[in-house]
Amino acid sequence: MRTLSGAAAIAGIGATEFSKQSGRTELRLAVEAVRSALADAGLEPSDVDGLVTFTMDSNSEIAVARELGVPRLSFFSRINFGGGAACATVQQAAMAVATGVADVVVCYRAFNERSGHRFGRVSAAVASAPTTNGIDASWSYPMGLGTPAADVAMFARRYQHVYGATSEDFGRVAVADRRHAAVNPNAWFHGKPITLADHQASRWVVEPLHLLDCCQESDGGVALVVTSVERARDLPHPPAVIAAAAQGSGSDQFVMTSYYRDDLLGLPEMRVVGDQLWAQSGLRPDDISVAVLYDHFTPFVLVQLEELGFCRPGEARDFIADGAIEIGGRLPVNTHGGQLGEAYIHGMNGIAEAVRQIRGTSYNQVDGPVLVTAGTGVPTSGLIVSR
Amino acid sequence: MNAAIEAEAARLKELGESKPRLARDPVNEPMINNWTEALGDRNPVYPELAPPAMVQVWTMYGLNGVRDDDDPLGAMTKVLDDAGYTSVVATNCEQTYHRYLRPGEQLAVTTRLSDVVGPKRTALGEGWFVTTLSTWYVDDEPVAEMMFRVLKFKPPEPTGSVIRPLVNQDTEFFWAGTAARELRVQRCPDCQALRHPPGPFCPRCGSGTPDYVVSCGRGEIFSYVVHHHPPVPGKRLPIVIALVELEEGVRMLGELLDVSPDDVRIGQPVTVDWSRVDSDLTLPVWRAVP
Repeated sequence: MRTLSGAAAIAGIGATEFSKQSGRTELRLAVEAVRSALADAGLEPSDVDGLVTFTMDSNSEIAVARELGVPRLSFFSRINFGGGAACATVQQAAMAVATGVADVVVCYRAFNERSGHRFGRVSAAVASAPTTNGIDASWSYPMGLGTPAADVAMFARRYQHVYGATSEDFGRVAVADRRHAAVNPNAWFHGKPITLADHQASRWVVEPLHLLDCCQESDGGVALVVTSVERARDLPHPPAVIAAAAQGSGSDQFVMTSYYRDDLLGLPEMRVVGDQLWAQSGLRPDDISVAVLYDHFTPFVLVQLEELGFCRPGEARDFIADGAIEIGGRLPVNTHGGQLGEAYIHGMNGIAEAVRQIRGTSYNQVDGPVLVTAGTGVPTSGLIVSR
Repeated sequence: MNAAIEAEAARLKELGESKPRLARDPVNEPMINNWTEALGDRNPVYPELAPPAMVQVWTMYGLNGVRDDDDPLGAMTKVLDDAGYTSVVATNCEQTYHRYLRPGEQLAVTTRLSDVVGPKRTALGEGWFVTTLSTWYVDDEPVAEMMFRVLKFKPPEPTGSVIRPLVNQDTEFFWAGTAARELRVQRCPDCQALRHPPGPFCPRCGSGTPDYVVSCGRGEIFSYVVHHHPPVPGKRLPIVIALVELEEGVRMLGELLDVSPDDVRIGQPVTVDWSRVDSDLTLPVWRAVP
């Protein structure tokens, strides 16, 4: 059987500090993150022959390669759809390694998303892009629906209406993330847990989303070194073997505004990802010890649990009750603090956390396979990593 | 404009204290009792003495009162209103009491303009801080003073202009429709499937020659949001944006106008209306059906 499972591993992780104002260029952040990941992997820039990033990243592969002094690149690739690209960069790298196209591929994402261009703002440039995305945006932006929070809020309201989920149910995700971030010294909200009452008291951003339903905005960079499992076993850290890696897009798919499907209750694109993850890895939801679920906004964490098969549609609010997604619960989620608690690095910091979990170096350590997802509401991707 | 405001401020400052304005009633026990009861203040010295913080109460204008012509805050307010600084918020109030007042004492108050500072950029909008000083007298004896400051500000205009749609050959029929006040929904002439948003091919049968029908414009709210933050170009927040399922069966986004956000419900019937941005752009909007 042809499979990607077990062919490649994440052998190095690196990051800059996570801040609100890095004070330096995005290229500098990218190169610092890549250097840090290579050092972690015990490799040199001259070992790198592949680079993968997001289409949204402002740092081209050749610019990063120049600054690193990488003499030769045989593979460079980019993934579309914002945060949905995160796990797919690793999939690209794994496919390149598995097919012999490259030996050492570094995935990176770096931006000044807080001090520079803020994704949470209304961007007229998005709506006027001379692409099909720009045409798609013309059905929402001129009508006043123009921020990611608003896009998700439209979905969340319908989800609440049909399934009876409440704002408190969304808030439990924020509480779990912030609890985990509180013990992670690299998290922006280190030492700052919140209560459900704090969540409820936070101001409205777009009803039904409170401020504390929304992830932070961050400056920073993260990089991941992917190589073959054989090579990774000779490197300093236990490899995080890529047991499964998948991308997914659903029917009548839009970017953040897939409002025209039969219902507005699920993330079919995440089901496409999940089906592949289970098939490739041979694992079932019960086998997963930790889930790093993309949390730009809390409601979609509930929906992901449903689409990935951890619970049935509409039942996530019961699944997450009683601290089930907190450390010590049956499925700890976002043990680094997530993007609400640690930093918003477009999902790449969550992959780094999955690697720490496999190595046994998380600040909220749990042993066993880790499932990671990328951006929700957009065409997306996912990973399962194991020892 | 600023020079005119500053000139008027200087003139009013020069005038000094307004003439004493007598309290409607002398300090009296019934009013003291009402006040202390409302505030839950059970201090036994009341109502034999008046609570000092009541000083402003005694000289309030009452429901139908009219400011005296020489009241500097009234005069300054008019100048700033005329200059477009039409909103007001009190920002500071500091009172000084020289002694307790007793029932039967007749108060009078005078006010003078202390200063006018601006224009300042504030979180509420551009405005002027107007500070007055009031003194309460019993006969010639000053018994209390108050520094009172308000911010007179321009309510912020929406920033930027409405984001315009990108229009191409596949979508121009829709925008030509809004200009003609028709809500056009793409239809496949071969399989009759309706579709929004439109595109060049029918996803159901593959036909590449779409036409359209004109919607009746009626539908129900399928979902909605109340947008508070961040700013949306061309909009004064909060706004309600509704995803409406039209009677023809397709869904469409639009702003729901003239509703209180708390009154909006999923399932609520709405009808289309039109928001003309300019000669080149008319947007469909929703209105609740009473």
